[in-house]
Amino acid sequence: MRYLIQRLGFYLFTAWAAITINFFIPRLMPGDPVASLITRYAGQLDSKAIDSLRTLFGLDNEESVWQQYLDYWGNLFQGDLGTSFTYFPTGVSEIISQSLPWTLGLMGLTTLLSFLLGTAIGVYAGWKRGSWVDNMLPVTTFLSAIPYFWLGLIAIAVFAVQWSVFPASGGYDNSLVPAFDWPFISSTIYHGTLPALTIVVSAIAGWILGMRNMMVSVSAEDYVLVAQAKGLPERRVMFSYAARNAILPSISNFALSLGFIVGGTLLVEMVFSYPGIGFVLFQGVGAKDYPLMQGVFLIITLAVLAANLVADLIYLLLDPRTRREA
Amino acid sequence: MALQASESAVVAAADTDASAPRRDKLRFLRNGKTLVGLSILGFFVLLAIFGDALAPYDPSARGPNIMASPSWDHPFGTTQTGQDIFSQILVGTRGVLVVGFVAAVLATVLGVLIGVTAGYLGGFGDDALSSLSNIFLVIPGLPLIIIITSFLPETNDLTIAAVIGLTSWAWGARVLRAQTLSLRNRDYVQAARATGESTWRIIVFELLPNLTPVIATGFIGTVIFAVLSNITLAFIGIADISEWNWGTVLFWAQNNQALAQDAWWWFVPAGLCIALLGTSLALINYGIDEFINPRLRNEKADRSVTMRVGFTPVLRDQPGVPAGVAQAGSPARVPAPAPPPGSAPQGTIRKDDQA
Amino acid sequence: MSSTPPVLEISGLNVNYGLGEKAVHAVRDINLTLHRGEVLGLAGESGSGKSTLAYAVTRLLSPPGVITGGEVRYHPRQGTDIDILSLDSEQLRAFRWSEISLVFQGAMNSLNPVHTVRSQLTDVLKAHRPDMTSAQRQKRAASLLSLVGISADRLASYPHQLSGGMRQRVMIAMALALDPEIVILDEPTTALDVVMQRQILKQLSRLRRELDFSVVFITHDISLLIEFSDRIAIMYGGRIVEEAAAKEIYQTAHHPYSHGLLHSFPALHGPRRELTGIPGSPPDLTAMPPGCAFHPRCPKAFEPCDQRVPALEPVPGDGSRTVACWLHADH
Repeated sequence: MRYLIQRLGFYLFTAWAAITINFFIPRLMPGDPVASLITRYAGQLDSKAIDSLRTLFGLDNEESVWQQYLDYWGNLFQGDLGTSFTYFPTGVSEIISQSLPWTLGLMGLTTLLSFLLGTAIGVYAGWKRGSWVDNMLPVTTFLSAIPYFWLGLIAIAVFAVQWSVFPASGGYDNSLVPAFDWPFISSTIYHGTLPALTIVVSAIAGWILGMRNMMVSVSAEDYVLVAQAKGLPERRVMFSYAARNAILPSISNFALSLGFIVGGTLLVEMVFSYPGIGFVLFQGVGAKDYPLMQGVFLIITLAVLAANLVADLIYLLLDPRTRREA
Repeated sequence: MALQASESAVVAAADTDASAPRRDKLRFLRNGKTLVGLSILGFFVLLAIFGDALAPYDPSARGPNIMASPSWDHPFGTTQTGQDIFSQILVGTRGVLVVGFVAAVLATVLGVLIGVTAGYLGGFGDDALSSLSNIFLVIPGLPLIIIITSFLPETNDLTIAAVIGLTSWAWGARVLRAQTLSLRNRDYVQAARATGESTWRIIVFELLPNLTPVIATGFIGTVIFAVLSNITLAFIGIADISEWNWGTVLFWAQNNQALAQDAWWWFVPAGLCIALLGTSLALINYGIDEFINPRLRNEKADRSVTMRVGFTPVLRDQPGVPAGVAQAGSPARVPAPAPPPGSAPQGTIRKDDQA
Repeated sequence: MSSTPPVLEISGLNVNYGLGEKAVHAVRDINLTLHRGEVLGLAGESGSGKSTLAYAVTRLLSPPGVITGGEVRYHPRQGTDIDILSLDSEQLRAFRWSEISLVFQGAMNSLNPVHTVRSQLTDVLKAHRPDMTSAQRQKRAASLLSLVGISADRLASYPHQLSGGMRQRVMIAMALALDPEIVILDEPTTALDVVMQRQILKQLSRLRRELDFSVVFITHDISLLIEFSDRIAIMYGGRIVEEAAAKEIYQTAHHPYSHGLLHSFPALHGPRRELTGIPGSPPDLTAMPPGCAFHPRCPKAFEPCDQRVPALEPVPGDGSRTVACWLHADH
């Protein structure tokens, strides 16, 4: 319990830090980006958008930084992340709430899938050392070095352009109205397959290698030898003794590499024009839509923190040493 | 991803003897993986230095051949304005490597300073510094880099390297802190303290030499991360697109619908280069991992004998295995069932046996 | 003691680390017999091959260990003899723990940190006694713990919640789970303090008498061996250099190495004697000296010692004990 409260405290603290960093990034930048934006959008920005920009960059000289900071928090708690000007006059929170489910669905499913699949293969490869799986390791290394987005490009070139098996972009058939019915859901699956495959193929290699190495290390532990000496069935030794211990560092790594995976996944969304948060970020970056970019960054960070907390909970369940009696 | 594979090894190695590498510092160079990795990396470093001179064309110059597929004149084909993609890749190598290494140097220096200090100091200083690195560890790196870079009024290779370096030191700091903690209580460090050596002397002469392999894996992991981030920034158009690097090539390919036009040569070479560079760095890291953690080493044993924990193989029925070695001084020789190339022919061994 | 029938016979056992040209010969031509109900001590410095020998006998030697020759014959109370080195994986699984069990060196790492004591005691019962019900297994696990003086409510504990001594006693309870004929103790008390060491060894002696199993006791601490074993084999450089009843070795060690070993540890009982130790360090297995491996450190080395390896042969005038030393060779 104490461990849990400690972790919870840490994540709250990190969330505060991330939000504060987010607040200060525009204020610490040299130059006057607002002026250049106003010229860039010559006449297209109305006074409300310019106001929101001035607030974002802290150019309201009347208010102290402290007052701005408090206002910023106040707006956050009301769910107000500012106004986007690429989607003007839609609020940033609204855009994010529309795109977030797509990202959570795609990223959650593929991350979980690649973790589980990669871990299973890694367990096998580490246990049956010297088997054919080991010969696959150079290939796996090569795969893990490929940027996600490039693999996405190749997937589009092969499966959407060369053979039109899957669509090259989008999250669903545009002629459909989003609803909870079969035509829409099947269209979602159809559109999501290629991006999902891209992410799984890119991400899985890392899990295989990491888990294999942990299995190799754990297999040399005394308790695994004791399990063999006890004449336990192979499955019991492999899973209950070796894999059960080897997965612990893998779960802490899962938490740590989540930020990395998220980055890659956002890029895949960009490549596939998938209607998720990554694509929104891409458009925000292209248009220098600062409020949008910042909102997306904040939400991504909070989502990663939440996922980290879940990983911590799972770790807590799996490792008795972190459970302390009161 | 390579980051994560090497972390597990480092964490595992933290339990084993970290002072072991002292014995033979150059042993890891004999590792096959390291050698292959270093060779590929060396090749790219040469390209980075001489790429400008080697490039047959000015990478930005338009030419008469538009969207040409690979040929002798244009090994990687041309763009829709007739630019030579081969030259773009050659010239772009420098930017990729410079950003990768500058960012990694910066991140490593920060990581060593923060990690070692935290681990060595303990107490409040440790708490504060570890919280700081943990925060930077869980905030997703790439989105942060994208945000900061896009707010910058001007971007060039060095500012991008600085942004990447300043945001990606936390992983190294964390691992180094853990290693320092375990080293701090070793006898020789305690002894140095007892004899009144200064803190900085102890850190520089007693701790750092033992942390070298860990620092090296962290450094190379960060190079991989920095290269990928830099290319990503160029690909989504945040970085200065007038400076050539592999990401810029992909940016133009994507923006000019290279995919839809079936111009595979426009994006395949750049991607392969990234993957090849990443692989070479990952291989170097595996070499270092195996150097720190001998359990990971794959002995080049005869594949016909399965070595497995808990089931020692018995080779007594195999031909050529001596029943007992008479002379203690003679090197024990147990030819594997199939003699490895270059070993004595089996007939001779049999003869020894029957003697 | 040697009047009881043998329960384990090792003959011509050879063990290598690695394959091919680079192989290191760690155990050479071992012939050794364990008799029923006997405590056989294996002594020697680290690297002498004593642990390698014990793990090779049970086929538990980790890679790159390879058994390159010999026989390990197990004689059950009923039924035909078993050559352990000829068993396949499944036969070996069935044989292990029910006939030979082990208590390992590192008390800290022998228990799986993520499972309870109960689960680690019952899984071995589940594997070997499929007929037992879950309730019977629980009962058995509790009675095993009480055998080593641990209360049954510790069944729910995880290893990290136990002290070092308690963990090692759990390992001993586990080793007795299937009433094995032989228990191999590999430095069972090295990680513990002296008081705990003696407590555990006394307990083991009592259990051995009550449950009637044979013991192979491995330690570098020869004074412990003399106190707790019936017969002692002393190993050096992968070979047995002397074998005799514990009392006889204590009184007169024939091999200069045994002599040196005896004088490197204070005796637990009996008159004090001068501690001299052995000069030099154990041989490097990758570069063994020619002849008797001990000759570079031997104060009594003479002409044949650096030429030929002495065989382990009965001591002239005392047929009950053997020694491998040119000083006592009958040529």
